[in-house]
Amino acid sequence: MSQIDYTRAAKYFLLADFVKGFALGMKYFFAPKATVNYPHEKGPLSPRFRGEHALRRYPNGEERCIACKLCEAVCPAQAITIDAEPRDDGSRRTTRYDIDMTKCIYCGFCQEACPVDAIVEGPNFEFSTETREELFYNKEKLLENGDRWESEIARNLEMDAPYR
Amino acid sequence: MAEFLTTPAGIALILVAQGLLMAIFLLLSAYFLIYADRKVWAAVQMRRGPNVVGAWGILQSGADMLKLVFKEIIVPAGSDKAVFFLAPLASFFLAIAAWAVVPLNEGWELSNINVAILYVFAVSSLEVYGVIMGGWASNSKYPFLGSLRSAAQMISYEVSIGLIIIGVILSTGSMNFGDIVRAQDGDYGIFSWYWLPHFPMVFLFFISALAETNRPPFDLPEADSELVAGFQVEYSSTPFLLFMAGELIAVWLMCALTALLFFGGWLSPIPGLPDGPVWMIGKMAFFFFIFAMVKAITPRYRYDQLMRLGWKVFLPMSLAWVVIVAFLAKFEAFGGAYARWAIGG
Repeated sequence: MSQIDYTRAAKYFLLADFVKGFALGMKYFFAPKATVNYPHEKGPLSPRFRGEHALRRYPNGEERCIACKLCEAVCPAQAITIDAEPRDDGSRRTTRYDIDMTKCIYCGFCQEACPVDAIVEGPNFEFSTETREELFYNKEKLLENGDRWESEIARNLEMDAPYR
Repeated sequence: MAEFLTTPAGIALILVAQGLLMAIFLLLSAYFLIYADRKVWAAVQMRRGPNVVGAWGILQSGADMLKLVFKEIIVPAGSDKAVFFLAPLASFFLAIAAWAVVPLNEGWELSNINVAILYVFAVSSLEVYGVIMGGWASNSKYPFLGSLRSAAQMISYEVSIGLIIIGVILSTGSMNFGDIVRAQDGDYGIFSWYWLPHFPMVFLFFISALAETNRPPFDLPEADSELVAGFQVEYSSTPFLLFMAGELIAVWLMCALTALLFFGGWLSPIPGLPDGPVWMIGKMAFFFFIFAMVKAITPRYRYDQLMRLGWKVFLPMSLAWVVIVAFLAKFEAFGGAYARWAIGG
């Protein structure tokens, strides 16, 4: 005849596990909520955050990109397409700079490869669209992003500079 | 006007108005219960719960209800159409019908009958038909399995609930809810109620109520991880809404029964404070809170564990309790705590 574990039996009948669980539940009931009320509140972002792409300009308004096509070459998803021609003043500039945001894997290699900090991934991650076509970004859209996010992008680059 | 109300038409009018009032109370309760349920569950998991629709998310239940009503009703091709739609109706109307004898205050019941408890259990036993019909009429395997599980579970736990209640009936000498509550009225407030003399049965009753209403941890009929949604798999739109509302109203009924049978109904817990429906609703809300907490903290039972608990633990315990209470009542032990009819309590 096997021995009866009276302690265990007593705990079973007194619902010890349930009482413990209830106490733990009540502890977390009054604990601060972990939820971030997303559209109204946002979590902190690192300066290295890789979000939506932007093409930057120099302070005098000249676009930085010199059409070296390093980003196009390094892009593992082959999301970038660049065409280039010399301009009337003899400088080399892009005539076409497209990023297919549906292909992009947000690895940040384009930003790493760029010798003039022209193409960068900014802090914006809220750029969902209703159609697929709107995600095929062209040069115009990318430059517009650069103008809109320049202050944040410049600050992030500055904050990250000591670690590069 | 007063004369008209004593004519048969007038009495019928009063009855209809009272019935409507009760139905409105129940639907409003269901509305806020589902909100409270979600809020409590969220709080235990350190979430906020619904908080966007209306102030503090108070309109979330309404939005969900509208969403369900406007959805397409999908009827499976091989289903038995009549039974398929009868099932949610049965489940919903039986859940509401059980409230006909439940008082919220002294005399605040639709029908003051002397076998009130029997009526409530007769009607709530019929609720299993909604589940069986729903599962069978869907003509689909998982709903059928779910409904079989559910039927076995609900019937198993009704047995022990019935026996637990016999103890209360023995102590009171009546099956009328008013008499049961009045029998608990004593000089010691909260300590005069039946939860003290019937202490172990309070827990048995509460756990059986969880199983009876298919609430977690005994939500095997719905077991989302194995059975998708049990007997409700093929239901959508308004029929689904009726099932859910019926289930919630049944839970609310169990809260009311716990309050009436063991916790003095509308009696005030502190001697001297006035009795009233506030106490009754407050007690029901408290028990619903426990229902919601149990849902948050307990993992689901395995089916054989559920059956073992029902037939090998609860049934012998409640059966033994009936015998013990019968003896204690007969010999008026503990100053007649088990024989309130004898001491005129």
